[in-house]
Amino acid sequence: MLTLPPFTHHAPTSVDEALALLAQHKDALLIAGGTDLVPNMKHGLRSPAHLVSLRGLSSLAYTREENGEILLGATTLIQTLADDALVKKRLPALAEAAAQIAGPQLRRMGTLGGNLCLDTRCVYINQTHFWRRALGFCLKKDGTVCHVVKSGKRCVAAASNDTAPVLMTLGASVVLQSKHNVRRVPLTEFYVSDGIRNTVIGDDEILVEARIPAPRTGLCMAYEKLRQREAIDFPALGVAVTLSLDAQGLLETIRLAVTGLAARPQMVRCDDLAGRTVDEATAEAARHAFKQCHPLTNINIDPEWRREMIPIFVRRAIRRALSSPRR
Amino acid sequence: MTEEGKDGRRGVSIGRRQRKNEGRLKATGAAMYADDLRLPRMLFAKTVRSTEPHARIVRIDFSEAKKLPGVIETLAGHELPERYGVIPWTQDEQALCVDKVRFVGDPVAAVAALDERTAEEACALVRVEYEKLPALMDPDEALARTDVLIHDERGANHQDNLTKRVQLAFGPVDEKLAQSASIAEADFFYEGSTHAPIEPHCALAQWDGVTLTVWSSTQIPHYVHRALSKVLGLSAARVRVIQPVVGGAFGGKSDPFSLEFCVAKLAMKTGRPVKMLYTREEVFYAHRGRHPMKMRYRVGLSKEGAIEAVDSKIVIDGGAYASFGLVTAYYAGQLLTGPYRFGTYRFDAARVYTNKPPCGPKRGHGSVQPRFAFECALDMAAEKLGIDPIEVRRRNFVGENTETVNGQWITSNGFMQCLESVERASGWRERRGKLGFGRGLGVAGSMYISGTAYPVYPNQMPQSGVVVKLDRSGRVTVYCGASDIGQGINTLLAQIPAEELGCDPEDVSVVAADTDLTPVDLGAYSSRVTYMCGLAAIEACRKLRAQLDEVSEATDPFALRVEKAEAKAGTTLVSSGAYRTQKLGADYRGGTIGASPAYSFSAHVAQVSVDAETGLWKVERIWAAHDCGKALNPTLVEGQIEGSVYMGAGEAQMEAHTVYPENGLLRAPNLLDYRIPTSLDTPEIDSLIVESNDPSGPYGAKEAGEGPLHPAIPAIANAIHDAVGVRLTRLPFSPGDILRALRERKC
Ligand SMILES: Cc1cc2nc3c(=O)[nH]c(=O)nc-3n(C[C@H](O)[C@H](O)[C@H](O)COP(=O)(O)OP(=O)(O)OC[C@H]3O[C@@H](n4cnc5c(N)ncnc54)[C@H](O)[C@@H]3O)c2cc1C
Ligand code: SF4
Repeated sequence: MLTLPPFTHHAPTSVDEALALLAQHKDALLIAGGTDLVPNMKHGLRSPAHLVSLRGLSSLAYTREENGEILLGATTLIQTLADDALVKKRLPALAEAAAQIAGPQLRRMGTLGGNLCLDTRCVYINQTHFWRRALGFCLKKDGTVCHVVKSGKRCVAAASNDTAPVLMTLGASVVLQSKHNVRRVPLTEFYVSDGIRNTVIGDDEILVEARIPAPRTGLCMAYEKLRQREAIDFPALGVAVTLSLDAQGLLETIRLAVTGLAARPQMVRCDDLAGRTVDEATAEAARHAFKQCHPLTNINIDPEWRREMIPIFVRRAIRRALSSPRR
Repeated sequence: MTEEGKDGRRGVSIGRRQRKNEGRLKATGAAMYADDLRLPRMLFAKTVRSTEPHARIVRIDFSEAKKLPGVIETLAGHELPERYGVIPWTQDEQALCVDKVRFVGDPVAAVAALDERTAEEACALVRVEYEKLPALMDPDEALARTDVLIHDERGANHQDNLTKRVQLAFGPVDEKLAQSASIAEADFFYEGSTHAPIEPHCALAQWDGVTLTVWSSTQIPHYVHRALSKVLGLSAARVRVIQPVVGGAFGGKSDPFSLEFCVAKLAMKTGRPVKMLYTREEVFYAHRGRHPMKMRYRVGLSKEGAIEAVDSKIVIDGGAYASFGLVTAYYAGQLLTGPYRFGTYRFDAARVYTNKPPCGPKRGHGSVQPRFAFECALDMAAEKLGIDPIEVRRRNFVGENTETVNGQWITSNGFMQCLESVERASGWRERRGKLGFGRGLGVAGSMYISGTAYPVYPNQMPQSGVVVKLDRSGRVTVYCGASDIGQGINTLLAQIPAEELGCDPEDVSVVAADTDLTPVDLGAYSSRVTYMCGLAAIEACRKLRAQLDEVSEATDPFALRVEKAEAKAGTTLVSSGAYRTQKLGADYRGGTIGASPAYSFSAHVAQVSVDAETGLWKVERIWAAHDCGKALNPTLVEGQIEGSVYMGAGEAQMEAHTVYPENGLLRAPNLLDYRIPTSLDTPEIDSLIVESNDPSGPYGAKEAGEGPLHPAIPAIANAIHDAVGVRLTRLPFSPGDILRALRERKC
């Protein structure tokens, strides 16, 4: 078996206590479900001296609607997002995305916070230390070159979190708290296009909650995921959409996001679609996505084919969003 | 129900559904696998592996590793230089590489430490200096390049990278092809795949100064026993091999492996027990999975659809070591000659070394890939004649009690019932061609061996022995060297005494796979175990039954019968039985390889759906009929059929054990990237048992473990063709390939 590097484990029971531990220990990482972090530690990608566990912070496991916002606590389990009545009713695309994350066991360990802070993934990085050494390492860890973009100076490991694109299309923001500060960051600004570290969260911060503006009546949404197997697999492509139609049945608003391609989940620009018919808008959105998205060899599945799937999955997402029952 | 059938069977236990005797232990977690074993003062060892695909070892420096607190001992190749290999004629492996490494992951050194973490850290500190050699990743290139020898130790007769080439011809193939009314000619490619047993390889060794004991997760304790003796230079009489409960093998544990020698030697060096457990990645390096094969087939049919000629040329990518490769080269041709009669047949199969993890026997060894190619080519040729795929298979039925074109003797043959059964169950006649574009049905058939006449090292001794002891309490103990790797032989070894002696199967202990305690059985490979152990067990039980019948009535309480018989005999009631190798096969060179005392037969119909917009496709359902001779325990037979179908379908859908050609690194050395189907990706499976009651097998049984895998892949390929009209010839069938094929067809 691969072994874990040594570390000291801390089990705080309050957010303040956890924040104090983070402030106190320079070489510390948060661990929630550990479903991402533990494999990465076994692969020698992370070797924190201290692990600060969020599992005791049951105060962060909640879903509720309040003052026009839906609030999702960071330690809410992925399985809860898939099953929760409020999420299913108000944010059905999020429930869909959650239900397609990993497998049943992992969904009962993994959390929303962990999913939003999921490390980027690449065929050349999610490997053992031995394998990476035989390869000659890479930019993201221990090395100097990128094997995906050979001349590249930037890591393009893929953002692979299924919940992120959905929350982006819903206009969500996240609340980041440190010992001395609380800030609210729109999710579109939370992610940056650097595969080495693709979020703006500070080492001393905890993502405590996600806040989603309560969707107004008539907002339709869907999430479509491309993967090789019906379970376990990370997205080879994820497409999230929210849209609304006006009284004439013409497109009013659309927000489209994709994941599984580059270092951050990406919003697809669709500025010129308001007022178009649904068919036109669908075709146009698919074209935009195809132009703006470029799958790479960072994932083990044929990038040509994945690119071909982009417009198809955009069309399918829109079609399914529109056919779901209107609220 | 104790009425005696004409085969001596009473039906009290045989033919009945029965739980596996270790099932409860496995389900509750109480079963003891190799890694569950712990001995006082035990050390943990880990392997240093090559980071180069092909290189000379210049120097190994342990100095930094030895400084790490907790490191107890190190081991390098020169300490165990003796070559071994499961096939005596191609022994090209060493426990740890001595001069050269031949693939990324080749074992180079080992370290024993107080705990696993320290051993792992120490391995990273061992400095190995390499002098790089050109690496050969493609078998055609390896055949052409005689300037680079992957095995340069093989002497003047082997100045190439060939493990084995087999060329055999039966009848005037070219002439018959020229006369054929329809010829299918195509290239096929099978991508390599691996077994992915859930339990990784693990071994534990203990040395008491005189004898060596090794517990290992193996499916061939007997060959491990012999190899340990050879490599360690110990008398085999002072080596004991014990197989604990094994968590899956599928052929991936049928070679002796580096770790068994390393723990043994390290235990001898330190005087402490030493354990090694492979990581999942190391299981991918140990490999011995299904060979990649490039296959060219020509199949010629007469106007009526009779198979006039089959011609094949096969290049087999063997990886870095021979393993069972010599047999693979034969099996690739020899096992194709049923269930259909071939007018003429020729094959040319070359197994080639490359700088990749070594291939070996995976469930359906050597014959799954050719079966895929042939069954597709048969459909292609029949389609041109307008003959229905099931009909063409029926018309070519080879028959019972008959000889195949290559001289193998077929006894019972239930293939026609298999075909009929899947035709009926799948609604073939009513539904085929009527499911609409995007959904289709395909059929394929196959034949497989129930053990072979040929033990892997030539000898006159039995292939399998069983000892049965009766205790006056009524307890029955069965001793047998056979390996239960999940297929259920231990359960069968309790069913047979129940059947023969009338005891309760729950009152039978099975002592298995321990070279000190049990008579030799050659191991769990070639689907030989039920057939051979079964016959040995029946023989042993029948001797005791005669003793019991002499002094008591079958209706007497069992313990009383034993008491009376023991009193009469004046000694403990023990008997032995054996399966003695028969002379089988034809007398040309290689004519005995693939010769089996009985052949199993299978037919599948697969139903698939294909999304023509994305290329994504699904196996919806497979009807799998299998002639196992006699289902001694129908639940176990169904389990084997389901497992086979699952495995074959996975190889068609997604499995690929491949390397990056530029550096020899495995693309997917973990179970996230190496995709095996989840339960959601698994089709509905209808297991249909056909019983042909073989005259030679135990109660008429043949095999069920490997045969039913073969038709899955070609049945799926033929179903995809039926669904969307494209013929896929490269495995696995990726959605991208389907889309490309659809596009080409439109152009
Ligand atoms: C086999 C397998 C398949 C998977 N498939 C998918 C998939 O299909 N889709 C998908 O999206 N994910 C997948 N995952 C990844 C993972 O299981 C999920 O993303 C899960 O939600 C991660 O949550 P966690 O709580 O376990 O994270 P952890 O592993 O505990 O943490 C992940 C990272 O986030 C940080 N972190 C965690 N919580 C917080 C917080 N509140 N504030 C700040 N930082 C935090 C940690 O420090 C760590 O760096 C898979 C994982 C495995 C092993
Ligand atoms: S994208 Fe490049 S730098 Fe980033 S992990 Fe992959 S190989 Fe390394």
